[in-house]
Amino acid sequence: MSVIDSPVRLNLQLSGRRARSERLARVLFLLAGLTSVLVSGLILWSLARETWTFVSQVEVAALWTDGWFPRRGMYDIRTVVTGSFLITGIAILVAVPVGLSAAIYLSEYASPRVRRILKPVLEILAGIPSVVLGFFALTFISPEIVQRFSDADQFNMLAAGIAVGILVIPLVASVSEDAMRSVPDALREASYGLGARKISTTVRIVIPAAVSGLVAALIIAVSRAIGETMVVFVAAGATGGSLFSLDVLGPGQTMTAAIASQAAGTDQVVGEGLTFQSLFFVAMLLFVITLVLNLIADRFVRRVRQTY
Amino acid sequence: MALSKPADAARRGAGVVSDITRRERDVAGGVFRAVLLGALVLSLLVLVVLIVDVVTGGWSVLSSSLGDLLTGTLGSKPETSGLSQAIRGSFYIAVFVIIVAVPLGVAAAIYLEEYASHGRLAQFVNINIRNLAGVPSVVYGILGLTIFVKTLGSITGPDSNGRSVISAGLTLSVLVLPIIIITSAEAIRAVPNGIREAGYGVGATRWEVVRSHVLPYAAPGILTGTVLSVARALGEAAPLILVGATTGFLTTGESYLPSSLQERFTALPIVISTWSGRPGDDWRSSTSAAIVVMLVIVLVANAGAILLRNRYEKKR
Repeated sequence: MSVIDSPVRLNLQLSGRRARSERLARVLFLLAGLTSVLVSGLILWSLARETWTFVSQVEVAALWTDGWFPRRGMYDIRTVVTGSFLITGIAILVAVPVGLSAAIYLSEYASPRVRRILKPVLEILAGIPSVVLGFFALTFISPEIVQRFSDADQFNMLAAGIAVGILVIPLVASVSEDAMRSVPDALREASYGLGARKISTTVRIVIPAAVSGLVAALIIAVSRAIGETMVVFVAAGATGGSLFSLDVLGPGQTMTAAIASQAAGTDQVVGEGLTFQSLFFVAMLLFVITLVLNLIADRFVRRVRQTY
Repeated sequence: MALSKPADAARRGAGVVSDITRRERDVAGGVFRAVLLGALVLSLLVLVVLIVDVVTGGWSVLSSSLGDLLTGTLGSKPETSGLSQAIRGSFYIAVFVIIVAVPLGVAAAIYLEEYASHGRLAQFVNINIRNLAGVPSVVYGILGLTIFVKTLGSITGPDSNGRSVISAGLTLSVLVLPIIIITSAEAIRAVPNGIREAGYGVGATRWEVVRSHVLPYAAPGILTGTVLSVARALGEAAPLILVGATTGFLTTGESYLPSSLQERFTALPIVISTWSGRPGDDWRSSTSAAIVVMLVIVLVANAGAILLRNRYEKKR
């Protein structure tokens, strides 16, 4: 076989300099993409090392005591987990009705002009730092709302829970609105065509069609509320430790606040024996809980995308 | 079954006609709509009450001694305590996020959208980033404590046990990295494919297409994400507590010299959280005033980003 000698030679090969910069760019971008994997690895490594020390050295009896007082060697996990779930429960009771209603209004009822004005309000609310809501919970929600209707302490879990709920409203609203807006208009038109009213169309057609996304919104809200630190740290009291308590009108401790309050105020996290390690153990627990919730939520979100 | 009489049919026909043409007040629908709107108004109301509460609470300080508040240093009395060290700390944190997290995040987004094939690796990186975005901020504090404070302490702060603004800046950069990646990737995905194909059509390499066409087109979206993540980093307190921001007295940390980066530090949200716990009306006023200072910075950044995005969304 002979090569045909063409009078025109096309050079489709890149010149040296361009090829080199292309190769370099590819490697750099790949490395940047892999940093996120590195970060995950570092998080796991940071948590796992000290968690292992804690788990292998702690006495089982110390994990089931009257409260969470790590500086005195009392690591009652029940106390902080219960606190987290109480606060999260209150937050969800506030955030889901309000956030979901706001989402339905924005997605189904609001005219484009109203939407353009109201949606940024939610986004601004989402931008408020959580420590500010902690202060708001302590100086407004607690005295002006909670204490007005009960004989609660100034530091109480109810006020903190409500503030966490406020913090989560924009998240619930934004995820649910996305879910409902991705429902195709054809479904709504078919419903109107059968003579259904707006309310029936919304409640019986759009919401069921978007239900996966709404479940995802709920799960993401739970995950976010469990992970919220500063509101509880500032407004729920219990900085040094906390007795096991189911009373939402009294002070309480969450997993997150337990971690932060041990590290706050001192140069080094010090205390009896495993105090420092207990912080990592709680953080590991928190990490696993939120990771599982996020993975489930992700699956639901993807289901919405696949359907429409 | 008996056939219906013509009169019946006529009556029924008239009924149908009136059912269709009659204007009926939809009470349930109206109530439903009002409740929904009420939820939105409630959110707005919370925002207004919060802002009014901190502004009126801090008014005595804001109106009489704003200058002292901004230039003073941390102290044990509310009237002599100021935010200069906290503002400096927050400023450096923002600088770190812009220098470290933004280039890294945008590059990772370019990898995901432009370079990665849709194979296992890209999918894994993608899921990994989405999960990172959901990790509670206090866990990032643990990461900062272990890696930047303990392991790299001799670099980040030889004289401060690693509890320096370098550690804090790096920790918060890691925290906002997934947010920057996700928003940048969205902006890059929104670039029409025709632009890329035109570039490849005239023989440009992938990098050339990215540099001269994709990035300029996606720039407003990337910028919005960047501003939002810087605002997020400025308001984040929990990781800084773990990294060891000073909550009490701070003797150093007033100069803006690079060497001071390795010294002990504090930041606005940390000061707010500490002051919130102090008793008495004077501390309460100072805390409210400090919150107003931080909210002005954070909310202006947020509002700016939202306006920017809406403007470009409308143009396209």
